[in-house]
Amino acid sequence: MSSTIAADTIEVMEQQDTDPRSAGRSLTAEEKRDIDREFSHYEDRDSVALEALRVVQKHRGWISDDTLYAIADYLAVSPTQLESIATCYQLIFRQPVGKEVIFLCKSSSCWIMGCEKLQRHLEEQLGIRPGQTTPDGIFTLLETPCLGDCDKAPVMMVGEEMHRHMSADKLDEFILEKKKHHADQSAD
Amino acid sequence: MLTNPLTKNIGTEGIATTLERYLENGGYRGWRKALQMSPDDIIKTVQDAGVRGRGGAGFNTGLKWSFVPRDEKAPPTRYLVCNADEMEPGTFKDRLLMENDPHLLLEGMAIAAFAIGARRAYIFIRGEYHLAAARLETAIEEARARKLVGTEITSTDFQLEFHVHRSAGNYICGEETALINALEGQRAIPRAKPPFPQVSGLWGKPTVVNNVETLCNIPHLIELGVDWYKGLGRGEDGGTKIFGASGRVKNPGAWELPMGTPIREIIEQHAGGMQDGLKLRGFLPGGGSTDFLGPDQLDLPMDYDTVGKAGSRMGTGTITVLDDQTCPVGLVLNLTRFFARESCGWCTPCRDGLPWAVKLLARIECGEAQPEDLELLREQAQRMGPGNTFCALAPGAAAPILSALKLFEQDFNDHISRGCCPYDLERQNIPLAV
Repeated sequence: MSSTIAADTIEVMEQQDTDPRSAGRSLTAEEKRDIDREFSHYEDRDSVALEALRVVQKHRGWISDDTLYAIADYLAVSPTQLESIATCYQLIFRQPVGKEVIFLCKSSSCWIMGCEKLQRHLEEQLGIRPGQTTPDGIFTLLETPCLGDCDKAPVMMVGEEMHRHMSADKLDEFILEKKKHHADQSAD
Repeated sequence: MLTNPLTKNIGTEGIATTLERYLENGGYRGWRKALQMSPDDIIKTVQDAGVRGRGGAGFNTGLKWSFVPRDEKAPPTRYLVCNADEMEPGTFKDRLLMENDPHLLLEGMAIAAFAIGARRAYIFIRGEYHLAAARLETAIEEARARKLVGTEITSTDFQLEFHVHRSAGNYICGEETALINALEGQRAIPRAKPPFPQVSGLWGKPTVVNNVETLCNIPHLIELGVDWYKGLGRGEDGGTKIFGASGRVKNPGAWELPMGTPIREIIEQHAGGMQDGLKLRGFLPGGGSTDFLGPDQLDLPMDYDTVGKAGSRMGTGTITVLDDQTCPVGLVLNLTRFFARESCGWCTPCRDGLPWAVKLLARIECGEAQPEDLELLREQAQRMGPGNTFCALAPGAAAPILSALKLFEQDFNDHISRGCCPYDLERQNIPLAV
C-alpha cells in the first residue's frame, strides 16, 4: 500500500487547519483587543499563544475545542500547535471548571505536613475527586505541584489567593464561606 | 558592613518595598554605578566575585555572561531573561524576594542587561505567583516613571524595556531551553545544547537566563565590590543566600545567611530544631531533585562544592527535613509522582521511566513488592541518570530515589518483609490509594 496521501486529502486537511469547521467559533471584539495588546511584548504572533489562551479563558472560564480553533485562527497558528501549548499548562483549563478552583499542593513539604489527610477531608466534604467539579458548579478540586510556600505547609491556592497552614477546621470554614458567598450572589 | 544585601529592604511582612523606600535605602546606586562602567568591567567583577547561579546549578554567573558575543559582528539584538519559574518541590525563596523587594530584582536585571547589551528583559514568572507578578509590574511602572529603566533612562542612551511573562504552571519551564521555547509560544520542551542560549537563545538571538536570587545578588556587588562580596561567605563561596527549612521543624522559614553556613545551624538554630518528640532522619539540601543526606552530614557547610562532594547538591538551598515518624518510602513516592507528572515527555527515559518508578515505589509502599523490586527500582533510576536524557529533570528525579535506597535501605526492606508500611498511616497521612 502506498504511504503517500492523495493531493485532495492534503487540501482538505489544510483547509481544516486554517479554516475550522466554522460558525460560532470566533473571538469577541473585546477578546481580540486584549490579545492585540500583548503583541508588542513579543517578536512574533506565535509567541502570544499562552497569553491569548489566558485572556480568552478569563472571559469564558475555560478553553473549549471551538474556542481553541478560534484562537488558533486569530493567531494564524495550527490548532494542533495551540493544543500542544494549552495542554502543557495546569492553569489552562480544557474542561469546564467550577467558580472556585482549589489547587491543593501535593508536593514534598505539604505531604510531610499532612496534605493527604486534608485531601481526604476535602473529598469527603465536597463529594468529588481531583479533576471533578461539584454538581452545584461551585468547587473544582485539582492537585498541584509545589506552590512555593513550604514553610507555611500545608497550603492551597484558590483563584489568586493562598490559603496557608491549612487544617480540616479551616477547610470547613472555607467551604462554608464560599458556599454562602455564591448563594448570596445568585440571590442578588 | 552590610551583611544582608538580599533582605535589607524587607520590612513588615506582606508589604512590598516601594520605590521611595528602596531609593532611601540606597537603591539603584549599583545601577547608576554600572552605567559609568564598561560592560567588560561589570562582567569581570561578577566573574571575579564568584557569584554562582542560585537556581541550583551553581554555574559562575559572570562566566555565563561572558559567553554572549559582543564584538562588532555579534547580533545587535540580545535578551536577558529572569527565570522566576520557582517550582522545585520544597523551594520558596524567589517568591519571598519578588513579593517583598521587587526593585532589587529589577536593579539586578538592569545591570545584567547593560553588561550583555540586552535592550529587552523578560521576567518569566510562574502563573501561580500572582502577587509577585503584580508587584513586579507595579515596580516596573514606578522605575519607568522615574526614568530608571525604559526608553529615556537618565544620563545614558541605553534603553531597556521590561516585560513580565506569566507562565501557567509547568515545572519543565524552569529548564532554561524549555523556558525559551515557552517564551516563544512553543510547547515547553528542552532544546539540544549546543548551541547554548548565550549564543542562540530566544528567537535565535543571544540570551542569558538567570535565576531571581542570582540577579538580586548583583546590585550590591557592583556598588560595594568584589572584596566585600567575597567577605560575606563563611566558606568557599562568596556572598549570602536565602536558606530555608520546611517539614516538621519548630520554626519553618527562610533566612538570609552567609554562604557556607553549616546545615546544623540552619535547622537547629534558625528553624528551631525538630518538633517535640521527633528526630531528624534525613534531609534534602535544596529541593526535590537533590540527594538525601543523613544526620551525619549536618555539619556540612552550605557551599556548592562541599555539598556536591558529600554526594548531594546544594540546589536551591531550601532544606526539606524528614523526621523519624514520616515514611521515607512515602516521601520518595510523593517526589517521584511529582516528576512523573511534570515530565514533558520529550525523551524516553524520563517519559516512560518515571511512571515505572512510581509503580515500583507504590508497590513497595503498599507492601506488595518482592525483594527483587528494589534492584529493579535502582536500575530504573540509573537509566534516568545523567547522559541518558535531554535535560536534568530525570537525573534530578533519580537523585532522591537512589540516595533513599542507600540511606533508608532498612525501611525499604521492612516494607517488603512486613508486607505493609510500618509507619502510622493515620498519623502520617500516607496515601492509601495507589
